[in-house]
Amino acid sequence: MTQASRPSSRGAVPGILKGLATTAKTLVRPTHTAEYPDVPPHLPPRSRGVIALLEENCTSCMLCARECPDWCIYIDSHKETIPAAAPGGRERQRNVLDRFAIDFSLCMYCGICIEVCPFDALHWSPEFEYSELDIRDLLHEKGRLGQWMPTVPPPPALDERSADPAEIAATTRPARGASKLVTGERATAGARAERARPTRSVGDDSPSGAAGATPGEAAAAEAQARPTPPPEGEDQK
Amino acid sequence: MSQPIEVTLRALAVLVAFLVLPLLVGQTEHKVMAHMQGRLGPMYAGGFHGWAQLVADGVKFVQKEDITPAAADRWVFRVAPAVALVPYLVALAAIPLSPHLVAAAAPGSAVFVLAVTAVGILGTLMAGWASANKYSLLGAMRAAAQLLSYELPMVLAVASVCLAAGSLSLTGIAGAWSPWWLLWQLPGAVVFLVSAVAELQRPPFDMPVADSEIVFGAYTEYTGLRFAFFLLSEYAGIVVMSLLFAVLYLGGWHGAFSDVLGWLWTLLKGFAVAVLVIWLRVAWPRLREDQLQRLAWLVLVPLALGQLALTGLWVVTTA
Repeated sequence: MTQASRPSSRGAVPGILKGLATTAKTLVRPTHTAEYPDVPPHLPPRSRGVIALLEENCTSCMLCARECPDWCIYIDSHKETIPAAAPGGRERQRNVLDRFAIDFSLCMYCGICIEVCPFDALHWSPEFEYSELDIRDLLHEKGRLGQWMPTVPPPPALDERSADPAEIAATTRPARGASKLVTGERATAGARAERARPTRSVGDDSPSGAAGATPGEAAAAEAQARPTPPPEGEDQK
Repeated sequence: MSQPIEVTLRALAVLVAFLVLPLLVGQTEHKVMAHMQGRLGPMYAGGFHGWAQLVADGVKFVQKEDITPAAADRWVFRVAPAVALVPYLVALAAIPLSPHLVAAAAPGSAVFVLAVTAVGILGTLMAGWASANKYSLLGAMRAAAQLLSYELPMVLAVASVCLAAGSLSLTGIAGAWSPWWLLWQLPGAVVFLVSAVAELQRPPFDMPVADSEIVFGAYTEYTGLRFAFFLLSEYAGIVVMSLLFAVLYLGGWHGAFSDVLGWLWTLLKGFAVAVLVIWLRVAWPRLREDQLQRLAWLVLVPLALGQLALTGLWVVTTA
């Protein structure tokens, strides 16, 4: 405090007293520390934590693997012939997914695979706690990718006055040449569209909460619903 | 009680205080500094708000390898931490917590404490010289220059208090204290506090260990327990200087229920001074070496001399 009389200090309140005041004010204010392992972090909406796979939606079209900038998606599939449903009918072929793996040691989280997937098989999940001690363990097979599916948050609600989504707009549009249709049907279709919209607002979604809500149980339920995937590692070759 | 037992008990009590109080100050520094910087500080060691952090640090230091550089002056290098540490232990013994609670009541304890604490710098000097490292040597030279500059205003400030109390004993000085001293001895108190911080090489006077300039000064080559001893001596120094300030300028045990709770008052006042020392460290940047000398010789010494003259004048006119 004697230093206030030093020739170098100028101004009404010497800088050294300001420094004391600032530190004292900070002392009584709450800290900014995020106590991460004890307190789950508040993640922003649309956090890019990990890529989850909804296996049922995948048609093995390989678009994601081909668009991936660093080629970190591995897909194996084979064709199966489905016998004709009715006698005299035609046999049909269908792709069966054998392997779907993403190497997260290569992935740069650009999200292009999710953008290009035509069937919504890939989704961003906010889950981020999947570090490994060995970099080779970051190659995750479809079983593990599917386990992240329950942590995917529902899509955010549309904006207040946005146009109806294409699927709903198609149902409300009058059929071609039927412009004199009664207006009552339109009204009911509009009400249906309202209901179809996700009711969540963008602001209050908390992916951390969704992630924390017993993902294990949800994953177990998911696994029961699906055909049992082959155990991980067996199809790594 | 027979005398050998009593001496042993007193020595043990001082040793326990010497081992506990610096850790208390160190933990306070951890937490206060953290919160002043918008952080939480240690939170895990010991479970409750990291209370055992310094214990954990001690365990860690014990496990580390004790290295003596090949070119070092081996014996001096190894003894230096003890030389830095022991003086504060001795000084702590002579500081009274209440009129009857003092481990070693000496008639001239004020002089004794000042003399002993000045020896502590010798440890830094020995460490710097014996390390065979240019940064260590620079740090030691800075420490020596700092000691020379700040010992004088400190002695002058204490002389003023001794003059006011008419006693060289710390017990006598605190006994003669009255609240009026807070104003009367204020310049001397400020000089003493600044000199004490400088002598402890605490920020803003930590040029001898300025890590951005000379690595870690005289302690650069030290590892393990010896390094921990230097750190401990720094915090023991804070304890000694804070208690000394409380006894000299804040009246020590004067306060409510002073005949029962006197020791608590002394400890509380000392703790408040220690928090102030921590606060100064957080708030202020390091001075330059020339600014340090300038402050000592152009501000503190004249101020201390002025205080001494004022005290002398008052004592002579009112006596």
